[in-house]
Amino acid sequence: MTETLVPTTTAPHVGRPIDRVDGPAKTTGSATFAAEFPFPGLAHASLVHAEVGRARITAIDTAQAEAVTGVITVLTHLNAPTLRPAPKFSVLDLSTIVSGTAVNYLNTDQVHWNGQPVAVVVAETYESARHAARLVGLTYEELPATVDFAAAESSAKPQKSNPMMGGGGAKGDAEAALAQAPVTVDQRYTTPELSHNALEPHATIAAWDGDKLTVYESSQSLPFMRRHLAKRLDLPEDAIRLVAPFVGGGFGGKGNVWAGTILAVLAARAAGRPVRLSLTREAVYRTVGGRTRSTQRVALGAEPGGALAAIIHTSVTRTSAVGGFPEAVTNASGHLYAAPNILLKQHVVEMDLLPNAPMRAPGEAIGTFALESAVDELAAELGLDPIDVRLRNDTDRDPLSGTPFSHRRLREAFALGAERFGWSARTPQPGSMREGRWLVGYGVAAAYHPIMMLAANLTVRLAADGTVIVRCGFHEMGMGGATVQAQIAADALGVPFEAVRVDYGDTDLPTGPMAGGSMQTASVAASLLEACAKIKTSLLALARRSGSPLRGSRADAVEARDGGLYLVGHPDQGESYASILSRAGRSHVEVSIGSDGLGSKLKFMTRFIRDQRRWVRAASGAQFCEVRVDADTGEIRLARWLGAFDIGRVANLKTATSQMRGGIVMGMGMALSEETLVDPRHGRIVNPGLAEYHIPVHADVPPIDVHFLDDPDPTMPLGLLGAGEVSITGVAAAVANAVYHATGRRVRDLPITLDKLL
Amino acid sequence: MKVQIRVNGTDRPLDVEPWVSLLDALRDRLGLTGTKKGCDQGACGACTVIADGERINACLALAVQYDGREITTIEGVEHPLQRAFVEHDGFQCGYCTPGQICSAIAMLAEHRAGMPSAVTENGSAGLTAAEIKERMSGNLCRCGAYNGIVAAIEEVAG
Repeated sequence: MTETLVPTTTAPHVGRPIDRVDGPAKTTGSATFAAEFPFPGLAHASLVHAEVGRARITAIDTAQAEAVTGVITVLTHLNAPTLRPAPKFSVLDLSTIVSGTAVNYLNTDQVHWNGQPVAVVVAETYESARHAARLVGLTYEELPATVDFAAAESSAKPQKSNPMMGGGGAKGDAEAALAQAPVTVDQRYTTPELSHNALEPHATIAAWDGDKLTVYESSQSLPFMRRHLAKRLDLPEDAIRLVAPFVGGGFGGKGNVWAGTILAVLAARAAGRPVRLSLTREAVYRTVGGRTRSTQRVALGAEPGGALAAIIHTSVTRTSAVGGFPEAVTNASGHLYAAPNILLKQHVVEMDLLPNAPMRAPGEAIGTFALESAVDELAAELGLDPIDVRLRNDTDRDPLSGTPFSHRRLREAFALGAERFGWSARTPQPGSMREGRWLVGYGVAAAYHPIMMLAANLTVRLAADGTVIVRCGFHEMGMGGATVQAQIAADALGVPFEAVRVDYGDTDLPTGPMAGGSMQTASVAASLLEACAKIKTSLLALARRSGSPLRGSRADAVEARDGGLYLVGHPDQGESYASILSRAGRSHVEVSIGSDGLGSKLKFMTRFIRDQRRWVRAASGAQFCEVRVDADTGEIRLARWLGAFDIGRVANLKTATSQMRGGIVMGMGMALSEETLVDPRHGRIVNPGLAEYHIPVHADVPPIDVHFLDDPDPTMPLGLLGAGEVSITGVAAAVANAVYHATGRRVRDLPITLDKLL
Repeated sequence: MKVQIRVNGTDRPLDVEPWVSLLDALRDRLGLTGTKKGCDQGACGACTVIADGERINACLALAVQYDGREITTIEGVEHPLQRAFVEHDGFQCGYCTPGQICSAIAMLAEHRAGMPSAVTENGSAGLTAAEIKERMSGNLCRCGAYNGIVAAIEEVAG
């Protein structure tokens, strides 16, 4: 370590654990969510769901519903306004990924899944709408439907990949290498359907003013949703405004356009009034897709010293006959461990169920359960420590493609985690660490999530009083986006954190990225840094023209600090923003970055493809846990958790730690209690509520110790990688591995409920 | 039906149908949207309000049952817990937060009054993390901010 005597130019805000800017609003009840905007004359809508699987509606009786006091209208496929078909996926227009389903709601007599909305009641009150919705009578002609995954699995077809969703691939001859390997593991793993269960149920308020539409929406993809709605309604995009200042959790479930959004808009059109459609929790389950089920095979072949000779990972998941998102389940298995022979194959089966959707780390969350369980099984076969097996196969080049990683700190994450967790206290023999009635187990697994970026348009305005306004239509679902971007702007412009205001959550703002794929923070930061650099250039140009002490200075010799521009290394030579702007006769400077034009899009896509060829970028980490299993009842308790992560530079220690804990907690639920149960006869979800679908509660969650390597990625803006999803990867495997260590029982079928241990 | 509920210290006359929940009355009729609806089935705790000092799920209560009673919602709360939640990052999206805070305030009072929980051992009196977690388990947080919530409550409970 070299000592620096001169103060460094290290930024003062980025990295610090600054409190969230929206903390006061969220703790006093003044944060306003989608369903909560008051409108004069607001009407309320309620959905009628199909109670059968695939079918054709032969008759629909709305008389009883219409007779309920306060009912304004009952919309069905016989009287609803026209809706254009949902756009199909195209890489040329990324907004097409938000077509949740292909169903043309209330414009068709076809029912595609049990729960599809087939009518909407609009009434003066929520209670009237809900009551009347139960009185709509439906007659169907039932059609054969594929709703049993276990039966349909064998008809799965190879899955196509695309630049956004990779997975699949081969190197060498993995099957032959597996057959010859001295030590092998070859197992089948299964994971159930899962539901996001954001605590805020999806809600929409739609208000028409002539041919202009305003939508208050619980959304994590405002610009894509706007374009989708424009296509469905045959309107120009600028006739539609979407607003979402606060979103009560998303996790991927609020990225697509689902039935509630579309039907609120149609209902408002038909009723001639603003309409609110707040989904019931059951309606969320029945109209908003969740994580697919999966069956996976992982086979590993190794030399006795632990070097991998073969990795095989295959998967079967499901989509729907009317849409869905094929999960890249095997993706992480091509990036984590060096092996001369790798085979990754993904299959998908289309079913007559509600389409699946991305859910926190789609692909990697369930793929790492299988892979990282198998690595643990291999370590047991080899008689080696599971961390040693992982480090033995670590690599600085992507194992599948040979492309270098932009940055790889997996080894360091395991080292840091093992030390802080006290891994060395683990005795390797399963069942060897008992405390009274509790069987104690330690488990470990790798975390891995790829990193990409999206385009972000924004404006930055610096006023003479030193205040800064950043405007960008990104999303706040709890990631702390507005806080972090204010930290970045404050440092880039040398102003106090409190002087920066960040506007977001509105399509009237410059188009932001969707909040997905852990992409939002770095994507916005890239444009924000570019904008701040331009502000400095503009100010310097103004200074040059006047009698400023900065006259004649080169841009790279000037830094922004203390509310002005100053010569680097000369603390007294420079000028405040107020002074520069006042001499130039200006009240402010403003710059904008990006545009929605074709040139801007092409430039972004070119850079995107170039970067993908040049580097493999990922966030990674090591998950450690201690479980306790009751020797008699099989009850499983998590005693403590530790995660050591490489997410590049940590922008805000407080919010980043919460992001990590959040993913880990969701992973705990996936490991131990969560599953969406689909009736294999009728395709109906039988546990559509928080009383029957068990997410972790306070008592389930132990202290979670989070550590960061805090090492900037050299290829990313400010060195930031994404933080939202890496945290859930590896979690379920770490739990399964700890349960094995505690009990000697290997559970390969999630969730790990106590009946599987008895 | 005509009722009068004292909400956050102010008498609020209401004319509601007998089937309207207290939660919907607060949100839709009185415009107090700080109280959240997460499940409408008593399973998530997002709608927790304080009724005459006790925490209840407002979604499982009918407005007409609370005629003449005193309700405190998050809009009427001024408590050190709010600052502690911010400091310990006891939330992310903020949707469960009003319910967590109202629940915690009443929970602290329950504990002070000597009410035991499922994890209370004979003779123990302190509010341990285990006690807080047990007593707060009716308030779900999908963002997984539980560690921060427990830390905030521990700090305020002293």
